[in-house]
Amino acid sequence: MSDVTIAERFSPGPEDILDSIVQAEGYKYGFFTEIEAEEAPPGLNEDIVRFISAKKGEPAWLLDWRLRAFRRWQTMEPPDWAKLDIAPIDYQAASYYSAPKSLKDAPKSLDEVDPELLKTYEKLGIPLGERAALAGVAVDAVFDSVSVATTYKDKLGELGIIFCSFGEAVREHPELVRRYLGSVVPVADNFFAALNSAVFSDGSFVYVPPGVRCPMELSTYFRINAAKTGQFERTLLIADKGAYVSYLEGCTAPQRDENQLHAAVVELVAMEDAEIKYATVQNWYPGDADGKGGIYNFVTKRGACRGDRAKISWAQVETGSAITWKYPSCLLEGDHSVGAFYSVAITNNRQQADTGTKMIHIGRNTSSTVISKGISAGRGQNTYRGQVKVLSNADGARNYTQCDSLLIGKSCGAHTVPYIDVRHPGAKVEHEATTSKISDEQMFYCQQRGLTAEDALSLIVNGFCKEVLNELPMEFAVEAQKLLAVSLEGSVG
Amino acid sequence: MDNILEVRGLHARITGGREVLKGIDLTVAPGEVHAIMGPNGAGKSTLSSVLAGKPGYEVTDGSVLYKGVDLLAMPPDERAREGVFLAFQYPVEIPGVNNMYFLRAALNAGRRQRGQPELDAQQFLKAVKEKLKLLDIGDDLLRRAVNVGFSGGEKKRNEIFQMAMLEPNLALLDETDSGLDIDALRTVSDGVNRLRDPGRAIVMVTHYQRLLDYVVPDHVHVLADGRIVASGDKHFAAELERTGYAHLCDAA
Repeated sequence: MSDVTIAERFSPGPEDILDSIVQAEGYKYGFFTEIEAEEAPPGLNEDIVRFISAKKGEPAWLLDWRLRAFRRWQTMEPPDWAKLDIAPIDYQAASYYSAPKSLKDAPKSLDEVDPELLKTYEKLGIPLGERAALAGVAVDAVFDSVSVATTYKDKLGELGIIFCSFGEAVREHPELVRRYLGSVVPVADNFFAALNSAVFSDGSFVYVPPGVRCPMELSTYFRINAAKTGQFERTLLIADKGAYVSYLEGCTAPQRDENQLHAAVVELVAMEDAEIKYATVQNWYPGDADGKGGIYNFVTKRGACRGDRAKISWAQVETGSAITWKYPSCLLEGDHSVGAFYSVAITNNRQQADTGTKMIHIGRNTSSTVISKGISAGRGQNTYRGQVKVLSNADGARNYTQCDSLLIGKSCGAHTVPYIDVRHPGAKVEHEATTSKISDEQMFYCQQRGLTAEDALSLIVNGFCKEVLNELPMEFAVEAQKLLAVSLEGSVG
Repeated sequence: MDNILEVRGLHARITGGREVLKGIDLTVAPGEVHAIMGPNGAGKSTLSSVLAGKPGYEVTDGSVLYKGVDLLAMPPDERAREGVFLAFQYPVEIPGVNNMYFLRAALNAGRRQRGQPELDAQQFLKAVKEKLKLLDIGDDLLRRAVNVGFSGGEKKRNEIFQMAMLEPNLALLDETDSGLDIDALRTVSDGVNRLRDPGRAIVMVTHYQRLLDYVVPDHVHVLADGRIVASGDKHFAAELERTGYAHLCDAA
């Protein structure tokens, strides 16, 4: 096992152009929606776990599952190996359940959704209802802890595709949930996954039956609205034999002074010949320029290529959150299975990100690709942490990893921490890493052609991220490009 | 018609460093091509950099009027959108950014400034084809990332193509002939000649006479030790070729 750290810092230099651009960013999604919410009292104990389970009318087996997770969580310590500077978190101060009150009986259709909520989603630019039809995107939206609308359900239903809130899946498809829940991320996998397993509120569920190619992008938007609440979604996505699905999640949160906790778990299961593409555009509130407020984003995402020739691809654009702790991973169990991880992570101001992936080669002739683009600006700290593990029976395993870091300004940091653990002599593992800095020459060249400093920076950064942006569904690639610009410019209010 | 460029008593130094320009006077009218020659280190590239607004230089005295307006008061991107174009001696690579995308962004930035509607993808493509035809060059560079992996000749050709697309009023060509073999020099020179226009002024900075065999200037100036020490018509360049700069530099 190797542990290499490449740390870069830059001494002060004439970088006035960049400094003037990399300033406090305007967070466009910082509005707050006035909705009466039904909240659990602050704190966490077995009664709260029971309260959540009861609120959701869950069966006994699921309550037992939650309690098992909770008891394990109580014995666990938060991980401290990431390169993150986090003030101690008081897990008893947060509230673990917040549901918009008017949705207590869950809307049956868009018409029943609180108009205030719909307005919120409109502000977020989420294609619900008519807009969903135009965009050809099926959307599940999770507001605080409750899923409020799932569009396109009927059309998907004709193909046997299940796309619904997690809570509904527990009620309508308990056998599927029970078979797969926790099968990729066990309840006590890590501190945050255990916490999520105990208190998860809602999330999305997808099942694509054998041989079915899902005809549209599936998409979930998560939004934290209420103050002092944590958000704990659970997403479970299963592609049965020969199935295909492309899925995207987006995240926003209002601007608040205190830090809010977000600990999600995503489990993907790809059976024989199945393919899952999972993309994330994460734009949680990052805190202000001085590092006040912002979301603490502790997320466990893992996919299992359970059958031969299964494929799982993660693509993420991480622009938000004060803290990002996230390692979407692939368990390459089936022979000839393929895993991929494409990532863009931006840290500006006081944001910190420690993100990467784990590629675990178990079956024969498995291959994985990792492309990571880290961009640091302001006083941001950006760490790529990735593990490539090749087990002793994994004949013919191949991995290619490329980590590129881009530094903007003189007070930020970029770090690359690859762990390579190879137990098979025939494995081919390649790791390439580069660190570069936007040069004054590049900026001047663009400006001499008429681009403003802001546009020049955005253009150069987008060029740097191109290989990853190419992996996103088209309409979201456009959104991601805009997000990158917003994250760096502070010019969009 | 008003002059495009009026430089008066221009002094400039490298920020925090030595003075490079020590009182430049230069007047350029529309339609004219001026060549600025001189020995290495005389300040030729500094002059084009200062006119384009490159960071790292400081104007300490003098004035520059561009179409009657104070050029030095404008930030570099505004100068560009107002029609000042610098063909770089060393064009910069921008990885991952498609050449066409870059050019369209630049073109539309200028159009917005002038209150013209932006070109959509189709209109842009049409304009690209026209200019390729005008310059008689291929479209092989268009799909690649800006200057990435281009040969020296390709980079210079790309600069001239950008100039053709952006249609500047004042084009500053900084050592455009450097590093070119004879075929590339001919392609680039032909391009410049085709872009001569009654509404456009061209200022070529060059170390060698040979560019002037292909792009024949209206005026030739010798820049030595930060000053223009001699000026003449197109025949002056040939004379310089015979006599060299040394006696002029001494006079300065």
